[in-house]
Amino acid sequence: MDQNINITLKVWRQRGPKEKGAFETYKLNNVSQGSSFLEMLDVLNEQLVNQGKEPVAFDHDCREGICGMCSLYINGHPHGPDSAVTTCQLHMRKFEDGATITVEPWRSAGFPVIRDLMVDRYAYDKIIQAGGFVSINTGGVPDANAIPISKKDADLAMDAAACIGCGACAAACKNGSAMLFVSAKVSQLALLPQGKIEAARRAKAMIAKMDELGFGNCTNTRACEAECPKEISISNIARLNREYISAKLSD
Amino acid sequence: MWLLNSSIGRKLIMSLSGIFLILFLLFHASMNVVAVISEEAYNLICSFLGANWYAVAGTLVLAAGFLIHIACSIWLTLQNRKARGGDRYAVNVRPKNVEWASQNMFVLGLIVVGLLVLHLTHFWYKMMFAELMGHHEVALGGAIVSPQDGAAFIRYYFANVWIVALYLVWYAALWFHLTHGFWSAIQTIGWSNGIWLKRWQTISNILATLLCLAFAFVTVFFYIKSIL
Repeated sequence: MDQNINITLKVWRQRGPKEKGAFETYKLNNVSQGSSFLEMLDVLNEQLVNQGKEPVAFDHDCREGICGMCSLYINGHPHGPDSAVTTCQLHMRKFEDGATITVEPWRSAGFPVIRDLMVDRYAYDKIIQAGGFVSINTGGVPDANAIPISKKDADLAMDAAACIGCGACAAACKNGSAMLFVSAKVSQLALLPQGKIEAARRAKAMIAKMDELGFGNCTNTRACEAECPKEISISNIARLNREYISAKLSD
Repeated sequence: MWLLNSSIGRKLIMSLSGIFLILFLLFHASMNVVAVISEEAYNLICSFLGANWYAVAGTLVLAAGFLIHIACSIWLTLQNRKARGGDRYAVNVRPKNVEWASQNMFVLGLIVVGLLVLHLTHFWYKMMFAELMGHHEVALGGAIVSPQDGAAFIRYYFANVWIVALYLVWYAALWFHLTHGFWSAIQTIGWSNGIWLKRWQTISNILATLLCLAFAFVTVFFYIKSIL
């Protein structure tokens, strides 16, 4: 049964990208276990505002796990200790009465902190802009069965397309690598006939941008896959490696 | 050159040089097991691998393989630390399904290389290197032996319990390194998918276990032989 719990929060506070940050400790009483983690932070901010203090800045938008806006590294896990959910879908019933919860921003050179728990994830948009699209003219709407696609490929492409670009992969990776994200974005198009045409150019452009933006080199630890709220598989990374290496060899 | 300029290229260098080193380890382990079966046969291999031009050429290629693998790992590790950013996480949890070895490959590699240097001073320096320097006899303990008498070297070093213990630590570090290294190398080449990933991981475990058991067996066999 859900109860009201008392918790201690250790929250990373940092005034700006260049400023030095530090943890602040806050006590929060009577938190409903039925509330979401972000609702709990709203309550914390209300308490801080009432005390005349600066509220904690954190990212959020849809609060239903599809926009990829919420982040937070909670008790050593991106999106918290629950699996296959984003922070906004995380409930306070995952925490016990008297718990101390450490909340940190994504820490990766590719995602500089803007303020407190908010990080700049524009780097992922830049990678998409480098090649994560189909540029051929698709003409009018064809019959759905005009281009047969095997069920297997359709499913794999759909699984890859589940990536919401939240950045948990790079945040979880000890190397700060964005390979899971890039591999999902390359795979969702490379598996389908319309995307296959530009697969080589896309893989090269997106990897070049990823390297340029200072993300690390993948060492296949699988931490990204374990922490991904959408459970994107690292078999996508194998596909990206394959696409990239064959693209480079055929240059 | 994309092999050096791109992250996947550098990883591919790690992958291919790693697989090359695993092939060498397979050869080395097989060669060692011969010593248990027949010391004479083992010495035949040792003389074959003495200061002949093909053995020296092979050694140079092998050394290049090691150097490329090590240099590239230092380069990648430095880049990866930088990519992690200035502030470290206060709380670190290793998620389920993440092997301990996979996050400690560099440290494991350091242990492997450190003990490799010791191993080279034990064997290679007094065998191939001594021959290249024109010595046909080397001092081993109190005795004078031929640099091609590999069995004498094995008997001498593996009679020392401390050396045996160090070598066993070495094999353990190697085991951890290989259980992640092999499937990771295949994944980097791209020869993996949802089904093959599990197969490659199983093959990695079997390969690492067989290799390290073979090395450990020979080491322990000669230690027990020395105390009986």
